[in-house]
Amino acid sequence: MSNDSTKFTRLPATDAERDDEGRATRAEVLDFWDDRFGVPPETFADHAFWERGAGKIWLSRADPPSPVDVEGLGMTFLRTRQEHWKPTLEAVQRFGEHATENVIHLSEGEAEAFVAGHGQDLDWDGDWGYLVVTHDLAGAPEPVGVGLYVYGELRSQVPKGRRRDLDG
Amino acid sequence: MELPDRYRPIVDDFEAFRAACQRPLPSVVRVNTIKASVADARAALDEADIAAEPVDWHDRVLVLPDAPPGNNWPYFHGWIHGQEEVSAVPATVLDPRPGERVWDACAAPGSKTTQVAAMMDDRGEVVASDNNLGRISALRSNTERLGATNVAVTHEDARNHSLKPFDGATYDCALVDVPCSCEGTIRKNPDAFDDWSLSHVKGISGVQKGILARAVQATDPGGTVVYSTCTFAPEENEAVLDHVLGEEDCELVDYDLPLTHRDGITEWQDDEFDPSVAKAKRIYPHHNDTGGFFCAKLEVTG
Repeated sequence: MSNDSTKFTRLPATDAERDDEGRATRAEVLDFWDDRFGVPPETFADHAFWERGAGKIWLSRADPPSPVDVEGLGMTFLRTRQEHWKPTLEAVQRFGEHATENVIHLSEGEAEAFVAGHGQDLDWDGDWGYLVVTHDLAGAPEPVGVGLYVYGELRSQVPKGRRRDLDG
Repeated sequence: MELPDRYRPIVDDFEAFRAACQRPLPSVVRVNTIKASVADARAALDEADIAAEPVDWHDRVLVLPDAPPGNNWPYFHGWIHGQEEVSAVPATVLDPRPGERVWDACAAPGSKTTQVAAMMDDRGEVVASDNNLGRISALRSNTERLGATNVAVTHEDARNHSLKPFDGATYDCALVDVPCSCEGTIRKNPDAFDDWSLSHVKGISGVQKGILARAVQATDPGGTVVYSTCTFAPEENEAVLDHVLGEEDCELVDYDLPLTHRDGITEWQDDEFDPSVAKAKRIYPHHNDTGGFFCAKLEVTG
């Protein structure tokens, strides 16, 4: 018996094409990035979205038949099948430059603390939840990763394996 | 370190070669143009007070004379990737174009895979294979940090590479940077010769022949296959080419390489090789202050 959690399956385009109730659709993924971060849907016009394992969404320009049994397909992109969908650090570093909403800009010291994995008490007038975190690099704002803002605190969501002490 | 004596008959200025093998290599990074321009990467390194010097043969390769490449902002953002200078050669020779399908037969940890993806402007499709799950995890994390989205990773022995997951689709070109005895990495790994044995060299050359043959079979007629190693051993270089030329529909083609190099050798000990293996190129540590390398370009004729 095949174990489907090891295979990548392309997301259905819309609700009408969906046969797994829990699976997100391409339309929902595009809406999420548009509604939450103001990233225009056409940003992803050349990419397909895939699910492997419950709620782990990958984005890829490589375009194999679906389902496909490979070890990796493009980059991890989004977690669904939970109350609040959560973008990955990789997705935000690559596509976060298009975000216009729920973007928090950090000073150099704050950005270093964020990458080291520390939570920080910061003022934020916008929505609580997952934010695109940016800092200045080479003279322009650049997305670093995903933060979770709740109760006056920006919690770093940098995965443990990606954390770095950059101030040394 | 006794071994380089083996190559006295084929290396000019042998004492300079031996001396170079004992010097450490400088840190070198490749700018990842999927995420940043060369100008932006240099500006970010400059902000971090990290000196960076361009090399004259490749506009995306920078030498960092004072610093290891890993712990700084441009690295964290995936704007740069630590990659030895000569390791940038085979993808440059392959010259993949946006929209093509490319097979990277022995892909982990992914420096060349991501270089190929960047040269393709992150378009088309790169199938990156490796037979070791631990190394595949390094391949995946490098691919993700560098933001490449056109790479599909497969876990398999490249000698038996299957086209099935992609409905039998073949490739426009293939990069065959095979596992080897790594003699050319002596400047990075001073213990590279500790486990050296002729039986290992001969054994691994059988694997190399199988992988290169599979790459020729999986590539469309007219397509390019680039074969490379980081070793000096003719058993793993010219002898592998000679074997595959006799078994598969392919021929060696000449190419420009703006680094000092020597032609492939057509004789080694008791063996003579097809004269066309001279079109392959040998890169020695003392000529360009790099690691050692071997690179050949083939065209599929079948």
